[in-house]
Amino acid sequence: MREEVSTNLELEELSREESQIFEISSSPHMHSDDSISKIMWTVVLTLMPATIFGVCHFGLTALKILLLGALSAVLFEAAIQKLVKKTITVADGSAFLTGLLLAMCLPPKVPFFLPIVGSFVAIVIAKHSMGGLGYNIFNPAHIGRAVLLLSWPVAMTTWTTMDIRVDTISSATPLNILKQQGYPHLIELFGSRANMYTDMFLGFRNGCIGETSVILLLFGGTVLIYKKYIDWVVPVVMIATVGILTGIFGSGGVLSGDPVFHMMAGGLIIGAFFMATDMVTTPITRGGRIIFALGAGIITVLIRLLGGYPEGICYAILLMNSVTPLIDKLLPVTKEILHAK
Amino acid sequence: MLFGRVKWGIHPKTHKTATANKPIENMELPRQVIIPVRMHIGAPAEPIVKKGDKVKTGQLIANSSAPVSSNVHSSVSGTVVDISDKPHSIYGQCLSIIIESDGLDQWAEETSVQRDWKMLRNDQVFEIIKNAGIVGMGGAAFPSHIKLCPPKDKKIDTLIINAAECEPFLTVDHRIMLEYTLRVATGIEIIKNLLSVENVFIGIEDNKVDAIKVMRDVIDENSAKIVAITTKYPHGAEKIIIKSLLNREVAPGKLPMDVGVVVQNVSTAVAICDAVVRGTPLIERIVTVSGSAINIPKNLKVRIGTTFSDVIKFCGGFKQTPEKLIMGGPMMGIAQYTTEVSVIKGTSGILGLSKKDVNQVDQSACIRCGKCVNCCPMNLNPSMLGILSEKGFADEAKNDYNLLDCIECGCCSYVCPAKRHIVQYVRYAKRLVAEKAAEKGNK
Repeated sequence: MREEVSTNLELEELSREESQIFEISSSPHMHSDDSISKIMWTVVLTLMPATIFGVCHFGLTALKILLLGALSAVLFEAAIQKLVKKTITVADGSAFLTGLLLAMCLPPKVPFFLPIVGSFVAIVIAKHSMGGLGYNIFNPAHIGRAVLLLSWPVAMTTWTTMDIRVDTISSATPLNILKQQGYPHLIELFGSRANMYTDMFLGFRNGCIGETSVILLLFGGTVLIYKKYIDWVVPVVMIATVGILTGIFGSGGVLSGDPVFHMMAGGLIIGAFFMATDMVTTPITRGGRIIFALGAGIITVLIRLLGGYPEGICYAILLMNSVTPLIDKLLPVTKEILHAK
Repeated sequence: MLFGRVKWGIHPKTHKTATANKPIENMELPRQVIIPVRMHIGAPAEPIVKKGDKVKTGQLIANSSAPVSSNVHSSVSGTVVDISDKPHSIYGQCLSIIIESDGLDQWAEETSVQRDWKMLRNDQVFEIIKNAGIVGMGGAAFPSHIKLCPPKDKKIDTLIINAAECEPFLTVDHRIMLEYTLRVATGIEIIKNLLSVENVFIGIEDNKVDAIKVMRDVIDENSAKIVAITTKYPHGAEKIIIKSLLNREVAPGKLPMDVGVVVQNVSTAVAICDAVVRGTPLIERIVTVSGSAINIPKNLKVRIGTTFSDVIKFCGGFKQTPEKLIMGGPMMGIAQYTTEVSVIKGTSGILGLSKKDVNQVDQSACIRCGKCVNCCPMNLNPSMLGILSEKGFADEAKNDYNLLDCIECGCCSYVCPAKRHIVQYVRYAKRLVAEKAAEKGNK
């Protein structure tokens, strides 16, 4: 009896070895190293220089806002996914990125609950009520910001004095000053035109936490272009459109505008490199992306020069998000169809 | 500038260094071969031997009178021990002739001739190729005699010898060009004569510098133009290489002969040379055995019907349990569930891929990054094709997004950061389209 058992065992072992079963699947059987989490965390990393500058520039309150925004976004995503019994995917970094981008687009001294409410709107309403990553129509971070701007207009437009460069004191953003007091006053505040350009390029100005340092955002954006995570035409077309249009339509007649100022002011740089290039909510073809960037640039200028708000990036991108499916439909990929239909 | 775009295709890690410099090695005779009667596109051949019959190497053991089919020969000498259904690397199960080798490897008489092919008439050459059971050896295994005898109304003006070998890991065509250069040249001459074309192109990817050099040394520039094409997957796909070399487009469902082109793999040219000059039927082929899970990667000359397990054992077995066992290349090859399948005429590679090679994780929703759109060589929108096909919207995929143009090269699935099974969905939708068409036909 015992012998039989042992031979049975042996046989079983033998047959297991003989009939090793491999997994089968449809080809291809090789895949690139790219993954969603790699893309998302790379974007987060490229945002870090500008973020750290924001913290140095605006102080520890800014750090608090950033942490609250990013971490609450992660928590909200985990909670909503648990609630609707989906796999929890917070590790892919997309929620963290949304929360971080949202917080970077907030003034540095907003009440602590604002980034939390914003993250809730961004993650739960703008992203997961649409079906989660890949299905949302609008850029979640911008939806969050738009809701905050409409609901807490005062808090969202109260700018603190700069802590570092006290000599260029102002309690408003450059775009605010331009809108309310005019261009000469703006120059006066910075000392000279050259001073203004340098300060804005480096980031020594008032504004949202992450949007001020043009050079650091450009650096991060360039890394993303190099890594091929974003298409260079989008930021180039969008920023160029804003530059050209603001240059032509200045307050003192045709060609009296200051395109350099407008290209560096407000959230244009962060918007053009990090929001208008959001994969999910922008067109999939290059042609479509150019149209998207062009449209976003035009709407931004319309709002800045003619609208009631000093800044218009957020709404410009959201409006273009809404026509993205249309652009994709009108501009199909296939240029030449291989066969006559 | 393919399809009006500079950007198309992908650059996967080639992994070719593992075997590119290893000369072709003869594998020992297997104790037993399992030869499926269907190793080609078309009707299965019917066995003409029965259990207990003694057969010699190269003896015809199955044939067919169907218009599209191919002969099958014994690859060893010995005894037919069984004719039954066995696991098959493409069709799942297939009727196979199992021959136990006597170890003597006695060749049938008709297979040992030496003739001057120039003395043969075209119809004789054609008969020889047909009888030798030669099929396209790049992987698709389309019977060669049909390709080489196009209908009268199709005017063939160009012959393309496909030596791109764009699939990662595989080094079969590379080694063949280096070691069998003269036979390649003769094979090309034979095909050229048969089709009576003057225009011959040999497309070789420019990473095979040594092969390009050797081929240029041996083959006269007037008889064939050797073109170094860019190393890029899928440059060796039939439609792509035609477009790349001749700027002609083959519509879906059409054949290269519809645009006046015949494409033959470089290995097929060697097989044709062997059959015509020496009377050897297609009973062995070169196989690259590679992948991170294989102990000693090799280029092997293997008898048709040798089981994968024998081949892998000859290469030192598995170093680690493979995540996937593939017949062919990793991009378009077919995953095998068992090592009990045998080498068939279209087996260009046997790959044991490790988890790291495969890198497949659970798929998630499309994030519309557009990588697939950028690399699709057929200028499609794989993102939308994948989404529509997944939900079974085959008509929309076909009418609005040119589903049938897809050549299933796998670039989209390779680059997809969400690891979506785009090609799998496309195949599913294509099947739905075919089923619908069949239904319509029945009504």
